[in-house]
Amino acid sequence: MSATTANRRLALRLALAAVLMFGFGFLLSPLYDVFCRVTGINGKVTRTGAVTEAVQVDAARQVRVQLIAVNNEGMPWGFRPEQHQLSVHPGEQTLIHYVAHNPTAVEMVARAVPSVAPAEAASYVQKVNCFCFEAQTLAGSASQRMPLVLMIDPQLPAHIETITLSYTLFDITADQVGHQSAPQQPSARRVSL
Amino acid sequence: MLTQAVAHEHHHGPPPGLMRWVLTTNHKDIGTLYLVFSLVMFLTGGCMALVIRAELFQPGLQLVQPEFFNQMTTMHGLIMVFGAVMPAFVGLANWMIPMMVGAPDMALPRMNNWSFWILPFAFAMMLATLFMEGGAPNFGWTFYAPLSTTYAPPSVTFFIFAVHMMGISSIMGAINIIATILNLRAPGMTMMKLPLFAWTWLITAFLLIAVMPVLAGVVTMMLMDIHFGTSFFNAAGGGDPVLFQHIFWFFGHPEVYIMILPAFGIISHIIPTFARKRLFGYPSMVYATASIAFLSFIVWAHHMFTVGMPLAGELFFMFSTMLIAVPTGVKVFNWVATMYRGSMTFETPMLFALAFVVLFTIGGFSGLMLAIAPVDFQYHDTYFVVAHFHYVLVPGAIFSIMAATYYWLPKWTGNYYNEYLGKWHFWLSFVGVNITFFPMHFIGLAGMPRRIPDYALQFADFNMVASIGAFLFGLSQLLFVYNIIQCVRGGYGADSRVWEGAEGLEWTLPSPAPYHSFTTPPDLREQGGEH
Amino acid sequence: MRLSTAAFLVAGVCISQGAAAEWQLNLAPGATEISRSIYDLHMLIFYICVAIGVVVFGIMLWSIVHHRKSKGAQAAHFHENTLVEIIWTLIPFAILIAMALPASKTLIEMYDKRDGEVTIQITGYQWKWRYQYLNEDIDFFSSLSTPRAQINNEEDKGEHYLLEVDNPLVIPTGTKVRFLLTANDVIHSWWVPALAVKKDAIPGFINEAWAEVSDPGTYRGQCAELCGKDHGFMPIVVEALPADQYQQWLADAKAAKAADAAAADQELSLEQLMSRGEAVYNSQCAACHQANGSGIPGAFPALAGSPLIVDNRAAHLDIVINGKPGTAMQAFGKQLNAVDLAAVITYERNAWGNDLGDSVQPREIKALQP
Repeated sequence: MSATTANRRLALRLALAAVLMFGFGFLLSPLYDVFCRVTGINGKVTRTGAVTEAVQVDAARQVRVQLIAVNNEGMPWGFRPEQHQLSVHPGEQTLIHYVAHNPTAVEMVARAVPSVAPAEAASYVQKVNCFCFEAQTLAGSASQRMPLVLMIDPQLPAHIETITLSYTLFDITADQVGHQSAPQQPSARRVSL
Repeated sequence: MLTQAVAHEHHHGPPPGLMRWVLTTNHKDIGTLYLVFSLVMFLTGGCMALVIRAELFQPGLQLVQPEFFNQMTTMHGLIMVFGAVMPAFVGLANWMIPMMVGAPDMALPRMNNWSFWILPFAFAMMLATLFMEGGAPNFGWTFYAPLSTTYAPPSVTFFIFAVHMMGISSIMGAINIIATILNLRAPGMTMMKLPLFAWTWLITAFLLIAVMPVLAGVVTMMLMDIHFGTSFFNAAGGGDPVLFQHIFWFFGHPEVYIMILPAFGIISHIIPTFARKRLFGYPSMVYATASIAFLSFIVWAHHMFTVGMPLAGELFFMFSTMLIAVPTGVKVFNWVATMYRGSMTFETPMLFALAFVVLFTIGGFSGLMLAIAPVDFQYHDTYFVVAHFHYVLVPGAIFSIMAATYYWLPKWTGNYYNEYLGKWHFWLSFVGVNITFFPMHFIGLAGMPRRIPDYALQFADFNMVASIGAFLFGLSQLLFVYNIIQCVRGGYGADSRVWEGAEGLEWTLPSPAPYHSFTTPPDLREQGGEH
Repeated sequence: MRLSTAAFLVAGVCISQGAAAEWQLNLAPGATEISRSIYDLHMLIFYICVAIGVVVFGIMLWSIVHHRKSKGAQAAHFHENTLVEIIWTLIPFAILIAMALPASKTLIEMYDKRDGEVTIQITGYQWKWRYQYLNEDIDFFSSLSTPRAQINNEEDKGEHYLLEVDNPLVIPTGTKVRFLLTANDVIHSWWVPALAVKKDAIPGFINEAWAEVSDPGTYRGQCAELCGKDHGFMPIVVEALPADQYQQWLADAKAAKAADAAAADQELSLEQLMSRGEAVYNSQCAACHQANGSGIPGAFPALAGSPLIVDNRAAHLDIVINGKPGTAMQAFGKQLNAVDLAAVITYERNAWGNDLGDSVQPREIKALQP
């Protein structure tokens, strides 16, 4: 094997390694999601859907649940939970409502993104029924009560006494329109009033 | 066999004119191009630093507005990291590694030409953003999303392409260095006889191949979030801005070592030469370098202690980060043990190397303090961090590059540089660096956040001192430029060994080194080797 | 000669500045138990580093002085010693373990998850903070109160230059206060050194921190994460009050809110609206649109002579109240009360040559507010 061939072969292998690492960079995104689901490090609530197994209600224990509503930038809607705080027994299913109101004259689409603090509690919060991550459309001046059924897993570590559940409301009207017409120009985002 | 690698090189001297530089595949020409480019970028980024320090001379807004200030901090960081430090090390590697391992040239000369010539275009694009509507990138060199995506100026797209180009350039450079070291070593040069500069660069090159593609990946995700409606980093679509920071620092921490490992190699050559004594603990130097490189992959989240990680994560990253102190300590002890009972002289390269050991260690101490997660909550994103990384990068990486330049300049040009001017340059730089960056520890601990254009009155005194130091340091670099130009133009001729205590294959070639290094490979099998 | 004059001048400026402000070289022990144990940890590690530095640099300096060629030193030939190398690997390791133990202890204390009695939601905005007291119906914004004239060097700088706000956060002492942090736009970081709290506020996510302040007092901090143009101009001021005074403050704050609501039904004169509007404009709008209404070309539109203001009153009201999605223009309808909104809109309609002569009354705003 001549030196030139050896060099070429090594260069190709190293280039292949570089390409694989580029792929690995993208792989980090789903890996991170898996990692978050296992450890709950970023407070994303991943448990949704009906409770399939029989869960024993722990009537002896009370967990304080705080509800928070946040509007992301430029979101003019009124958005709040009907009650800010409640006390629940782990294992029981609780129905709560958030209220949204669109004060503008036009139809708008929003999406609510949930987050839990402390993050380690996130994997013990099960949303049996939830409006989160769904596009919510509200006509101008319309209001809506949005139901949420949640259950706290009785396995919740004993040192956690309070769980905060927050919903951040994002305005996705432009994205919804953008799918039909031309993609949104990011350069226009900051310059126009 | 080896002659085939350079079969396309028929002539023995460089062709004349500008095209020599454009079309060159010669490792020395390309090394020179890299070094000159790096010097130009160092001065450009330095001017931006002086704009920053001038604005911070006194409280209140005097010279620039906050949005331009943010552009300056961002561009200063990007240019110094990707334009000054990294190309300088690649330039030194191009010049020295073939000579050190007994090769005629780099293993892949044509790719070598490409990897350099991408750079000027990448940086022309990057600098052009300063003149675009909305201004240059203003989100810091760490470009955290969503400030760098949803809230970025339109020029961010050009920034992303510039980063892609630099990344390709670095990866090609790294491939070339690995191929040269692994395939073109002279007969008898075993891996444990490899000069340390080549060893540290070999490890650095593997780090580059591992992490530059990850950087390319993260900027590509940004590009897709900005233009194609994906939501990698946008919570509204199910993404997570913190994911950006994880991926960025997965690249970013090894990147920090990419900028310091070759410096370790340089210092491990200079100290033995001027102490006239063999380097203490060569094998432990190699193992320490490899362990630092390995550890750099499992410490990234120490840059993110305040993002709200769970306790277990904080503890893991605190412990792994503290561990880095062990191999780094071994290196410092080895250098000191090399000096101990040596026969030292203090020419300019040695002065820079000694300053490197002391000031880099100070930067290491503040690094250890920053590793302690609970205390980091107070240090994070303050001037204490700015002081820390400037101590490891300016009197660390930059001083090692200056030391290397003075050390090898006689070999490159055949002439000694002006020692008197060199010493002036060293002392002015040494004093300037410390006046600039030492007070930053104080203002950081006193509570001044980084990246702010204006500050509260209790930080005023030390900011003024730091600004004076910055101008002293900046202006004294003109001496460096003058000294290099004078040395290239002529001077007291150097013999092949240049320094009395110099050891290694590169010193067996005449000064200036011939256009093709070793056309017949030296045979080291008979000798005991250099180490 | 000239050099010494320059040095004298520089020294003079330094001294005069020094007289104006207090000097601080080190971390302050702070006002909570956690902040004090962090301070102790900081000093411990600092002293360990100094000790290591003295030994290492001492040996190095000794070699530099004694083992130099000019003194006739002959180089020795040793270049390895396995025992020494093992020892100087193990000793740092032992020192690190000695550091890691107290560090882990403090960190575990910081992660204490027990109940707090007061919970405050903190939201970072470009470039101000919003504080909402859970269960207390108190909700206000806190922005920089240093006048622009001081920043632009047209006036002397005050004692708390850039570290003063219009509405400080008020918390009780001796009680565990939980902070829930999130952000409205980009990532911010809420940092008060005396409380040893620095936590990132991330849009779409909620972070948690807590503090139990032992001493009443005013504590100042700043945003610690680069968040755009005015990152350096969004300070934090925390007033820690004893429990009884805190209760009093809660009652006062609620009363003030009721009074504002009542004022919203009154008719205000153009002069009243203009003077209040100028103050609101300078604290809320001038950072982007500039004090003279000229804006920043390419980034923030000019208000002086703006067609939207001059030609379309309804659109003017709408953009101030509801903001403009996708731009830096926020929905102020939620951030300001009706009186302030009416005042600032009136001001924008009558300042800098926009002499429209009309006034906007709080009643009109209330009808439009969400």
